[in-house]
Amino acid sequence: MWDYTDQVKDHFLKPRNVGELEGANAIGETGSLNCGDALRLYLKVNENERILDASFMTFGCASAVASSSALTEIIKGMTLDEAAKLTNDDISDYLGGLPKAKMHCSVMGQSALKKAIANYRGVQILEKPGQMVCECFDVTDFEIIDAVKANGLKTTEDVTNYLKAGGGCGQCLDRIEEVIESVKAKG
Amino acid sequence: MKIVYADNNATTKVADEVIAEMLPYLGELYGNPSSMHTFGGQVGKKIQQARQRVADFINADPDEIVFTSCGTESDNAAINAAINAFPDKKHIITSNVEHPAINNLYKHLQKTKGYEVTFVPVDEKGFLDLDLLYKSMSDNTAIVSLMWANNETGVLFPIEEIAKKANEKGILFHTDAVQAAGKIPIDVKKTGVDMLSLSGHKIHAPKGIGVLYVKKGFKFSPLLIGGHQEKGRRGGTENTVSIIGLGKACELAKANLPIMDTRVRELRDYLQTQLLEKIPGSSVNGDLEQRLPSTLYIGFDAVEGESILLMLDREGICASSGSACTSGSLDPSHVLMAMKVPFKSAHGSIRFSLSHYNTKEEMDIIINTLVPVIQNLRDMSPFWKDGKMV
Ligand SMILES: Cc1ncc(COP(=O)(O)O)c(C=O)c1O
Ligand code: FES
Repeated sequence: MWDYTDQVKDHFLKPRNVGELEGANAIGETGSLNCGDALRLYLKVNENERILDASFMTFGCASAVASSSALTEIIKGMTLDEAAKLTNDDISDYLGGLPKAKMHCSVMGQSALKKAIANYRGVQILEKPGQMVCECFDVTDFEIIDAVKANGLKTTEDVTNYLKAGGGCGQCLDRIEEVIESVKAKG
Repeated sequence: MKIVYADNNATTKVADEVIAEMLPYLGELYGNPSSMHTFGGQVGKKIQQARQRVADFINADPDEIVFTSCGTESDNAAINAAINAFPDKKHIITSNVEHPAINNLYKHLQKTKGYEVTFVPVDEKGFLDLDLLYKSMSDNTAIVSLMWANNETGVLFPIEEIAKKANEKGILFHTDAVQAAGKIPIDVKKTGVDMLSLSGHKIHAPKGIGVLYVKKGFKFSPLLIGGHQEKGRRGGTENTVSIIGLGKACELAKANLPIMDTRVRELRDYLQTQLLEKIPGSSVNGDLEQRLPSTLYIGFDAVEGESILLMLDREGICASSGSACTSGSLDPSHVLMAMKVPFKSAHGSIRFSLSHYNTKEEMDIIINTLVPVIQNLRDMSPFWKDGKMV
């Protein structure tokens, strides 16, 4: 059975701000059809860098839709600097929490937002730093280290729940384990 | 809310007749079937009858029927017995679309016991690469084990033909017939399998009861070593109530086989035709012909399965999906991946599996609910615009 909070169900069944946004001047895209979820975020930002409006299009499970919907609600009215500080936990908290195996949905929201902000500011998002660990889901060791530190992840399963890394062919699981161990070793 | 149950490959309703058959043995007739006294003996007699009914269902001898705790145990017991019978043979042949009940056992044997396992691949229709299968058979092969019907697609493997080849080469052959049972005729004598697994809860008996058919003459060694029950082939006091229920369920399943091939097939075909017609960007997974009459596994482009299921659930419709997001893992079903079903429809694949309890009215409810659900999700999807994939 689905272990979703009432907020998740509500945002899934009655998603806010769905569809293309007229007059959008920033777009952030993350995920892909192959991955099983994808989010396109539209922002309308004024000259003071305030987000006047936001909308989304999402392909994915209920928590992906709910996370996208929540994200647009949260960031409306924020400045880009404020929005840039948003974490995946903020999205998850807004929804009263997400099941562990669905945390990557909130990460996806955060990632689309980052990309949209960079898109508005005309910043190229550079090649991701670090070494590629999971080819299936395009995740580097830097990203794993960040996620492990920020969320206190302990096992490869935790990492998969947050970043999806390791949830595909599984070839990278040993490597993920090494990365986790390296973080632990450094304390 | 009225429930429309279309998830019979997951589990089935226990038939009223089965419940009626079991009730006395859950109540006053609680004796141990192995006891010498008449009170227990009458339960023993009833189990004999159940064994006969199961045997009749698959054209076996009652002595060839071993009751187990579930389909998974039957599968494990079969492989275990093969390994024990041929300790020097370190090779197993199976397919890459087996149920986890047995697939994870193979992985375990590979990892911890040094077994070489050939996972014969399937093609886009879900058909086995028979050439490769036959070429893989060698003197070192302990057992060939293949599911009869796939639990997701319903696609049927040519079990009789494969069993024949295995027999010719003197290799043991097991089939997991958990999904085939009750949906297509099973005749172990005609098919020539050495072992065959059944599970009660897929044929309107309770959960937690299974059968392993073991052909006479095979040197079977038990998985559960204990008492003399099941002629030493499975220790443990019998699950009398469920065994009695399963006996009745097998009797009913045999009688209902013609309905499966007519009325249930018609319902499935109706559902399939209507959905394909009313929903653009939809496609059936697996071969349309060599398939269980009751299963429809249909993929919808550009939408995700869990979302579909959740919206169907709101209307009381029970189905399953091959979507990653419903299984806890993040990749779509290994069966769809093995068949190289494109991601665009794999993530949005929904399985409807029917039984003789389903009605035309229920098919209409599914159709009328699903059409707007898919539309709704596509309106949200970044991969769908103006009636097609982008
Ligand atoms: C093909 C197949 N084999 C085995 C099983 C396992 O049966 P059980 O649930 O009785 O252990 C199932 C059911 O889930 C199945 O579909
Ligand atoms: S490389 Fe990480 S799951 Fe395939």
